[in-house]
Amino acid sequence: MTKKIKNLKEFSLSNDRYEGANLMCPGCSHNIIVREVLNATNDPVIVATATGCLEVCTAVYPKTSWDVSWIHIGFENAAVAIATAQAAYEVLKRKGRLPEATKKMIEEGREPKFVAFAGDGGTYDIGFQSLSGAFERGHNFMYVCLDNEVYANTGGQRSSSTPIGASTTTSPAGTVSYGEKMMKKSMVEIMSDHGAPYVAQVSPSKWKDLVKKVQKGFEVNGPVYINAQSACTTEWKHAPEDTIEVSDLGVESCVWPLYEIINERDEHGIIYNTKLNITYRPKNKIPVEEYLAAQPRFKHLFKPENRHIIELWQKAVDAKWEHLQRREEAGV
Amino acid sequence: MAKDIKDLGWNELIPGAALFSFTEPVEDVAEVPMDERPYAPTNSHEYSVGDWRVEKPVFNRDYCIDCQFCWVFCPDMSILSRDKKMIGVIYDHCKGCGICVEVCPTNPKSLLMFPEHMDNDEALSKWPSKEEKKK
Ligand SMILES: Cc1ncc(C[n+]2csc(CCOP(=O)(O)OP(=O)(O)O)c2C)c(N)n1
Ligand code: SF4
Ligand code: SF4
Ligand code: SF4
Ligand SMILES: [Mg+2]
Repeated sequence: MTKKIKNLKEFSLSNDRYEGANLMCPGCSHNIIVREVLNATNDPVIVATATGCLEVCTAVYPKTSWDVSWIHIGFENAAVAIATAQAAYEVLKRKGRLPEATKKMIEEGREPKFVAFAGDGGTYDIGFQSLSGAFERGHNFMYVCLDNEVYANTGGQRSSSTPIGASTTTSPAGTVSYGEKMMKKSMVEIMSDHGAPYVAQVSPSKWKDLVKKVQKGFEVNGPVYINAQSACTTEWKHAPEDTIEVSDLGVESCVWPLYEIINERDEHGIIYNTKLNITYRPKNKIPVEEYLAAQPRFKHLFKPENRHIIELWQKAVDAKWEHLQRREEAGV
Repeated sequence: MAKDIKDLGWNELIPGAALFSFTEPVEDVAEVPMDERPYAPTNSHEYSVGDWRVEKPVFNRDYCIDCQFCWVFCPDMSILSRDKKMIGVIYDHCKGCGICVEVCPTNPKSLLMFPEHMDNDEALSKWPSKEEKKK
């Protein structure tokens, strides 16, 4: 059942099912995203979390920060863990063996929701085979990538989500290098190309857009991918109180465009219609430079010898924004 | 008698063990407010991270417009809101990140950071009447 959330006051009536005194850093976006996703519904939720900051810091023995059913799984298989749990649920339901309380909720239209949370390392790189397989088989679950563009939990190594020019422990900037050499992988498009019925990109700073997309995803039958921008105070090296501002700069500069892609498929799985919607259009698209300047992981780019990387950034962001607009217009 | 779970070492944990969030089944958690839940000693809710802070956010009811920006953006479930009203900060869970102060839209702000050791009443007595304009 879709929860009614007209405005922020109404949203604040939610009772969090994720608990305080977890060990995430002060100002961590992962926490804000998890809250917004879980509070988007009042239906029962089953969560699997891939190894990464979120898993490690919310299940430090002998404590748990989860009031929903929660599966602690490996780094590489969160998608399969949650898909399997969902498949088991379907079997129990068919055989009439669900607990009475769950049966009652289903009668009220409150089907349990199955969600996986994983970092970009666990998604773009190491969990990709499991994620791709689960999407190809068409399981019914939502996968949320907490994208902080780095392997944060193990000390900040680059991943295939790390954008060009970022200084990380395995792509350090210095006298011979401007930092990361590769462009960020286009995960949203890759997941949409699996034929998934719904994929979207979100930012926790645009809470309403995020909640709406998560609710849409819950309504859809089949695998749903949500790519969530997750400003990381420790690895992006901004002050903890600036998390929301940095996220906003990403959205307003179109570095982190907010959009969704919907694939409509027939009973054979043939896609007969694809639609891309840009869900937020900045009134004044700000220069990428402002986004980069807010994060010391890009500090070295402002030296004269590295300025060309900032220009490259702007070019890449403009091209992507243009491409998204063209796809939206053409309805493909 | 069996040892309390809090006194068990990780090496005494049986593989596949479950940590319980509540001491008794709660069938519909989303419908039960925090203060009415039977939290188990193994729920992090029962712990405090208050000593992580150097500065703490102090709430001033006088200027608050109950917009709930602080509630939605607090990463640590530390803004207590009831019936669409902002009530205060949960100091056992607040890590002092300062996001709530940054996003508070009133002028002067209804949340401000003060040194951890300062009494809240003293902080309230020092409240600026109007915040200086940022450059
Ligand atoms: C198979 C495997 N390889 C490596 C690790 C070590 N490891 C644990 S967390 C982590 C980094 C996680 O990065 P990411 O998925 O981006 O999540 P974040 O911590 O950034 O949220 C790594 C490499 C592991 N647990 N399992
Ligand atoms: S390292 Fe980054 S992602 Fe991990 S808990 Fe800290 S702020 Fe959050
Ligand atoms: S952000 Fe400020 S004005 Fe809004 S509810 Fe919180 S304290 Fe009140
Ligand atoms: S300082 Fe941070 S943790 Fe504490 S109440 Fe404000 S936003 Fe929440
Ligand atoms: Mg990461």
